[in-house]
Amino acid sequence: MAVGTQERGALTHPDVHRLDDVNRDVLKVLATPGKGWWMLFGLAVAGVGLFLTAWGWQIYKGIGVSGLMSPVGWGVYITTFVFWVGIAHSGTLISAILFLFRAPWRQSIYRAAEAMTVFAVMTAGLFPLIHVGRLWHAYWLIPYPNSRFLWPNFKSPLVWDVFAVTTYFTVSAVFFYLGTVPDVAAARDRAVGLRKKFYTVISLGWQGTDQQWHHFGKAYVFLAALATPLVLSVHSVVSWDFAMSIVPGWHATIFAPYFVAGAIFSGVAMVITLTVPLRKIFGLEAYLTTKHYDAMAKLCLFTSMIVFYAYLSEFFLAWYSGEEIERSAFWNRLFGTYWWATWIMLVCNGFVPIMLWFKRVRHSIPALFVISIFVNIGMWFERYVIVVTSLHHEYMPFAWGIYRPSVTEMSILLGSFCWFGFWFLLFTRLIPPIAIQELKEVLPPPMRKKAKAHDGGEAHA
Amino acid sequence: MSTAQGILASYEYLDSTVDAIENLRKAGFKNLKVYAPYPEHHIEHALGYGESPVRVFTLVGALTGTATGFAFTSWTAVDWPLAVGGKPMISIPAFIPIVFEMTVLFGALSTVIGLFILSRLPNIKPAVVYDPEFTAGRYGIYVEADGSRLEEARKIMNAEEPIELREGAADA
Repeated sequence: MAVGTQERGALTHPDVHRLDDVNRDVLKVLATPGKGWWMLFGLAVAGVGLFLTAWGWQIYKGIGVSGLMSPVGWGVYITTFVFWVGIAHSGTLISAILFLFRAPWRQSIYRAAEAMTVFAVMTAGLFPLIHVGRLWHAYWLIPYPNSRFLWPNFKSPLVWDVFAVTTYFTVSAVFFYLGTVPDVAAARDRAVGLRKKFYTVISLGWQGTDQQWHHFGKAYVFLAALATPLVLSVHSVVSWDFAMSIVPGWHATIFAPYFVAGAIFSGVAMVITLTVPLRKIFGLEAYLTTKHYDAMAKLCLFTSMIVFYAYLSEFFLAWYSGEEIERSAFWNRLFGTYWWATWIMLVCNGFVPIMLWFKRVRHSIPALFVISIFVNIGMWFERYVIVVTSLHHEYMPFAWGIYRPSVTEMSILLGSFCWFGFWFLLFTRLIPPIAIQELKEVLPPPMRKKAKAHDGGEAHA
Repeated sequence: MSTAQGILASYEYLDSTVDAIENLRKAGFKNLKVYAPYPEHHIEHALGYGESPVRVFTLVGALTGTATGFAFTSWTAVDWPLAVGGKPMISIPAFIPIVFEMTVLFGALSTVIGLFILSRLPNIKPAVVYDPEFTAGRYGIYVEADGSRLEEARKIMNAEEPIELREGAADA
């Protein structure tokens, strides 16, 4: 007998016993949608309509319908771009980094987190296009020489960003898709009719043979190993869009780690925000247990401390540098025109997560849901503070100015959530939202000898 | 290939499957196809797998990306020289982000290409002998054999109490 006794699945999923239980419970999610799903989906479609209308209006009238005006040339669009790129990050963290570290709690969450990554990057990717105003020139972002054979400047952080975000989208989409293939094959083997045809094609004819699993396992490890430094690089590059300039409040070496920690912080919060309803609506309590939420809450707490430390060191360094303009910029942040945005940021990201120190809070799903919403709001405002308060109050007092987001901008912001929700809702219906095969890997395997030793059936009780 | 005869056994238990694989291999059946609902290293071990060559694809892809990224940024910098701030034309630190992204992009895509080539995906024609329970909770072994060898395989497979035995051709 080559198979030794194993302690797989000892704790994380105490209520899941048999391998095919997983198929039954997860594939049930893909069945005919309920009223709740249709209502949410209707809302999302309406929001996408609003999004396209507002964007269309801006394309028709010109970028002047936004509140962007010198000196504040970056506003809600760039804020929201950074926000969505940040949201994406924890999906890759959970799917790739925790995979390499063999964290025992990631299996049931990572599919939803990874889908969130792909859709968040899809949302974020629209914002540079919205922000450039003249959409018909957006192809200039593609690195190719102009008609006089002058290439884009590859020393520019904005060009790095194009490479970083497109690479990130490609790699995370491939990683996500590849991970779903065996599970889509599982869905195919249960489906009928048109759905079966659809799943047959997108499962690529996966059968789960030894040869397929062997290469799949290795390929997956390498993709995770490539995605891990990638995720750290992407938000670093996004932060350098700011840090490489000389704007007071932006020009700081702390920016890359500060942005990465903030990205993971906001992303984990978004995973909680998304999976709490998912778990409730589809009855997946046996798969997403309080243990999983406890682990995510701890990750949230940890990154919240890093982020708050970064805030404090920014203020400290502004004071300690003795640099008048830097000091003035940070004083303006706390007590200037946009003081409310800064205080929302500090309270939501620094103070509200303190509650996560308590086990009772970490084990209460409604409490976590509420805290995660606070964090989402706080992290959006963090980017708003960085972008707007720095730009509106630069060096020369005569060049200071005020920025007020327009209705068009706020509609596009709201619509971006609906655009994201639209894809996420479709995902829960079409792709198994919990990784079936990875869960089976951590469940105890069915053993004939054990079953006999326990007088049959005991192993499955 | 799909005209060859063979026999497919479905098992409920992992240890039965592993025992059957080992006994079949002892009896000289080399060309086994084993189905499992998840990657099971006991099965890979019983089949005597070594390292997967996917890693070669990853390495070659990633290095190609590095070289491409570096060549691309350097060549465009000297193709139309624009001296800015007295900095060197080929400013390596400023090219690192692009070189890095290209490394990851090429490495990831070539890993996927390697996977597709090595595990013969995509391959969507339906298998003749296949048990849809393989993606749910069952393990399976398919042996290609005919005549007396088929009977021998059947005997070995039967000894481990399969749920089902079926003859036929699996798709190649």
